Amino acid sequence: MKRASWWAVCGVLAGVFLLSSCARQAPEDFQKSLQEQLINAKAGDIVNLPEGKFHFDRTLSLTANGVTIRGKGMEKTILSFAGQKTGAQGVLVKASDFTIEDVAIEDTAGDGLTIQGGTNIIVRRVRTEWTRGPNSANGPYGIYPVECKNLLVEDSVARGAADAGVYVGQSENVIIRRNRSEFNVDGYELENSENLDAYENVATHNTGGMGIFNLPNLPKQGGRHVRAFNNQLIDNNTSNFAPKSLGPIYYLPTGTGMYVMAIRDVEIFNNNIQNNNTVNLYIINYKTGVDEDSLRDTAASPITQQVFAPEDKRFDPFVRDVSIHDNDISGGGQSPDNRVTGVKVLAAALGGKLPDILYDGIVDPTWGRGGANQGQVCLSANGAATFLNFDAAGQMKHPVQDVKQYGCSLAPLTAVSLPQSTGNTAAGQK
Amino acid sequence: MSRRGWWLIAGCVLVSLAILAGCGRLWQREVQAYIEAPFPAKLSAWHLFTAHSPALQPNRGVIPYDLNTPLFSDYSDKFRFVWMPPGTSARYADDGPFEFPVGTVLAKTFAFPLGVQGADKLIETRLLVHAKTGWVALPYIWDNRQNDATLQLVPDPVPVKWTDRAGKPHDFTYVIPNANECRECHDNQKVLLPIGPKARNLNKDYAYADGAENQLVRWNRLGYLQGLPAVSTRPIAAKWNDPGSGSLAQRARAYLDNNCAHCHQPGGQAGYTGVDFRLTQTDLAHQGLCKSPNSAGEVGALRHDLVPGHPDESILIYRLESTAPKVSMPPLGRDVVHEEGVDLLSQWITSLPGRCGGASDRTRLP
Repeated sequence: MKRASWWAVCGVLAGVFLLSSCARQAPEDFQKSLQEQLINAKAGDIVNLPEGKFHFDRTLSLTANGVTIRGKGMEKTILSFAGQKTGAQGVLVKASDFTIEDVAIEDTAGDGLTIQGGTNIIVRRVRTEWTRGPNSANGPYGIYPVECKNLLVEDSVARGAADAGVYVGQSENVIIRRNRSEFNVDGYELENSENLDAYENVATHNTGGMGIFNLPNLPKQGGRHVRAFNNQLIDNNTSNFAPKSLGPIYYLPTGTGMYVMAIRDVEIFNNNIQNNNTVNLYIINYKTGVDEDSLRDTAASPITQQVFAPEDKRFDPFVRDVSIHDNDISGGGQSPDNRVTGVKVLAAALGGKLPDILYDGIVDPTWGRGGANQGQVCLSANGAATFLNFDAAGQMKHPVQDVKQYGCSLAPLTAVSLPQSTGNTAAGQK
Repeated sequence: MSRRGWWLIAGCVLVSLAILAGCGRLWQREVQAYIEAPFPAKLSAWHLFTAHSPALQPNRGVIPYDLNTPLFSDYSDKFRFVWMPPGTSARYADDGPFEFPVGTVLAKTFAFPLGVQGADKLIETRLLVHAKTGWVALPYIWDNRQNDATLQLVPDPVPVKWTDRAGKPHDFTYVIPNANECRECHDNQKVLLPIGPKARNLNKDYAYADGAENQLVRWNRLGYLQGLPAVSTRPIAAKWNDPGSGSLAQRARAYLDNNCAHCHQPGGQAGYTGVDFRLTQTDLAHQGLCKSPNSAGEVGALRHDLVPGHPDESILIYRLESTAPKVSMPPLGRDVVHEEGVDLLSQWITSLPGRCGGASDRTRLP
């Protein structure tokens, strides 16, 4: 062989070797280099993730402001935390001006994507999923922004969370739109948050579709001004698989379309809420929604009495000023969840089925408003939806079935606009 | 040029080299603090130590210290040192960490007895540096030959296999926190702060090379600490494993103070739980007595953080006995169970009087 040929063979071999060594990059190397990149990231940086499935055994964290994490698509760039050894979350962000898009986060030990205390946050086309499907050992939350300001979650997918697929807690100025949440215990939880629009979302095959509520014992109280419109909350009848240790969510009745609890200034319109087997729409006081055990425990806890005393006016257990109009609500309450005592008692009294809309009718006696509808829960133009105020405070002695008694109207709530939101900001305006 | 000329030049070069080398050594003798990025890639560039075998030898001005009750870190040996720029000193604080001057270096080295005949092998040296813009955490990882340590923002886990003095084997993977994870423990209201060097934890004798002396007194005497109050008013934490140093409750609470309170205090990462494990928090209800958790965590079927008389029903013990990611506490920096720590806290809970009300009150059941 001529010398030139030797060189050619050598070159080819070297090329093959180089290529193969690139392809065999150990999974830890990707985890490590990505974490390094996030630690060294500066404002304005875009961290691009390639196509592929990448394994992580510990939480991936970001604390630098102004960073974007961008994959190649939520079916193409997959961060898998199956067998996670360290940390509970998948991706943990404590930073502002943050965007994450086109990526999937799978099988984390705890929550999928946690964003804590950030301002100007975008979650776009992100999928969080526990791939084995509903299981009580799955992490509690899929997409979990908490204590955020100016938050946009859009076009994302959440599956398999043992609490909520998409959660927003203790946040202000929020838009949740065009997401899909399925096979979670709760599809969407909008908790202790203020000035929030949730629209064009789908919730199906969860235990419950969407909850809009306040809870006590959290630093930020007084969530209000929530609009939910153009959502599809259909066929949420997956048996509740939350572990008891997660608290009140364990008692969410299987087959709940939407629940509105302990909150004021809520507008619910143009939604399809259908075929949820316990109830399509549940409007309740905190005490109706939370089981007796939890309530007694909370009340008995010395720390609750000291730090979050029952007379602490920061928490208001009553629901009021809720406008529910122009929704398509039908086919609910056909097979109520008898596991939950309150539901069982009510369904038994009503011959085994429940109406589409249930209201517990509990009002604050100190309001001193006159009339039958002191809570200003206003229902109009909701098709043929059946209704019942079951008079929880009066031991169900004075139930009201006639929805016309609640035919008041409230001024429409204003739309949320975000500095970082582009397009569609006017969506849902009538 | 003549031969003599050549000799002259050669001589000059040699002398210059010798002077340079000498200067180099002189420079090396002083600690070099870096107070802004980029931080050096090698630990040796800080000149904190003059030797590191068989033990770390501190350079001039570098003072070793230890704590009454330290953080448990997988049974590792820990060697702590402090250095401050010449002429500066820390300001004494009664409760929290001292106010250290810019340029302060706190160095904590983690080691396991993996070497020949159980000699310590250095794994990592974590520097907390009070830089211009605030404290920064820098993890330096020792090389296998123990020559030097390299700054690694995302260190690899280290397999650790050793047998303790009691003959008990330890075999686990030691996870070194990355630079972001350092903040999980050290951040309070988004500000990174030291945890260990507090008055109550430093208030003890240390066996220095020139004899034993109280650490606060020595720091003060060497000019590293100002504002030291009278002896009688200096707080002192119990040593968790020394019954002579305090009652069972004092030792248990000292353990919680330095193992849990950096997160579990108002403004800490777990302040939202309402649990405050600081030694200065004297109300047991705030330390979890009969408190049901208000946030999602894996707690089995248990309902209260601390159930008097019943460690087996207390979430605190359940989480300390676990190494599963969703369950274990602390969530970082602990890969094995601290048996002796669990024993101490179990004894303490057993000793607590009273009982919890509420739904989980077993005494009400037939």
